[in-house]
Amino acid sequence: MRIEIDRDLCQVHGVCESEAPEVFVVPKRAETVTVLIEHPDESLRPRITAAAKYCPTRAIRIIEED
Amino acid sequence: MTTNEAIRVSGGDGPDGHLDELRTDPIALLERVRAECGDVGRFDLADREVVLLTGAEANEFFFRAPEELLDQAEAYPFMKPVFGEGVVFDASPERRREMLHNQALRDKYMRGHAATIAAEVETMVARWDDEGEVDLLDWFAELTIYTSSACLIGRRFRAQLDRRFADLYHDLERGTDALAFVDPYADIESFRIRDRSREALVELVAGIMAEREATARAEDEEADLLDVLMSIRDEDGGLRFPPAMVTGIFISMMFAGHHTTSTTASWMVIELLRNAGAFDRVATEIDTFAAQGEEVSYQVLREMPITEAALKETLRLHPPLILLLRVAKEAFTIEGVDVRAGQMVGASPWVSNRIAASFAEPDRFDLERYVEPRAEDLDNPWNWIPFGAGRHRCVGAAFAMMQLKAIFAVLLRDWELELAQPPDSYRPDMSKMVIQLQQPVRVRYRRRAGRS
Repeated sequence: MRIEIDRDLCQVHGVCESEAPEVFVVPKRAETVTVLIEHPDESLRPRITAAAKYCPTRAIRIIEED
Repeated sequence: MTTNEAIRVSGGDGPDGHLDELRTDPIALLERVRAECGDVGRFDLADREVVLLTGAEANEFFFRAPEELLDQAEAYPFMKPVFGEGVVFDASPERRREMLHNQALRDKYMRGHAATIAAEVETMVARWDDEGEVDLLDWFAELTIYTSSACLIGRRFRAQLDRRFADLYHDLERGTDALAFVDPYADIESFRIRDRSREALVELVAGIMAEREATARAEDEEADLLDVLMSIRDEDGGLRFPPAMVTGIFISMMFAGHHTTSTTASWMVIELLRNAGAFDRVATEIDTFAAQGEEVSYQVLREMPITEAALKETLRLHPPLILLLRVAKEAFTIEGVDVRAGQMVGASPWVSNRIAASFAEPDRFDLERYVEPRAEDLDNPWNWIPFGAGRHRCVGAAFAMMQLKAIFAVLLRDWELELAQPPDSYRPDMSKMVIQLQQPVRVRYRRRAGRS
């Protein structure tokens, strides 16, 4: 899978960081989220799915790759 | 070169154009613009032309537009006398990010806020007898003064507030007559009350600050935002933020979350009670958690799909803001219509939330719209817009949803509610830009068997 962020929507609430800190970081004063792993391992899927689900602006998309 | 300007909606033949209609029946005006002109139409407020955009395509353009194109700093003249100079109603995306960093709205603080809000509801219901009657708007307006001050400013400040602050704050909200588009300082009753209320709020805050000056400083871990502001001094040792300025900062911090939450909570109760089965469905979900002995916690509040669906449907039908405004800084074309620099540009959550192509039977309250597998809010991101959308989406939306769920988790766990007026007597009050409900908004409450 690949993670895509709609930068127009991200408001750096930091929910994704709470859900999956190994994938997302929202540094203090940052204007947008930083994705640490563009192509994360399957084992992280539950937490990334939660991050996308609870993102207040729904800015995270999970793109399936083969 | 030919231009294709927005069609002007009918009516508004007087010198102030459609201003009087906006002040008396804004819904009729906004709905007529879409009915007569389509996605892009125009109405006039005195000498200002407002291009109203509705529907997904125009809304997406509106909400994705950068500040350099659609500017909001000038769009809300009715807010300046409420906040004071230098504080804006609808902040820029950059300022919003700052607010997220500074105002305890970030996710990591939400867990604490959930407990704080639940405790404030408990404090308010502790004043109730086993049964009685209450005015929903008065009650929620007072509650949300306590919750927003506790969460955004701090518990020490909250502890120094009482009903007086809530009443004055409400009067301030009532001072948002659209006549401000012509003259925000016109000599009318609601503006006089607004200015008197603001002065009285400054006096209350000055009293609180004087009391703090006279007593020992708070321990560091107890210090709140007011302590921080009071610790900042100029060269002569005087307050860098005197009471009038502190009051302006607090009014603006609490503003976006106050009338919005209190009216939504009021409408939620009304809609749950006047739509058969809705109240019981939500109460059953809440009972499930209560039966498991679960505290009202952040995690529990995230997993309340029925309550959340009911809130979303309440917000769709009763968006707290019915008209969002910007000023066009440059000319542009939208759906083949030319907009000039200097024209105002509006979006309407009221109209777009009711577009039948997106929401079947749009006037019907139906919480099933959001129960899996349906998700009409996510399926219509540019028409389901009670919180706005895109980069301007309300930064407090997550806090607001959590707060509303926390309120109902406590309220419905211990209390039964019942309408005390005919169901269709509950109506919005749209005579001001900050919309409320026409009072009275009475309901009866009764303690549920076995609850203490």
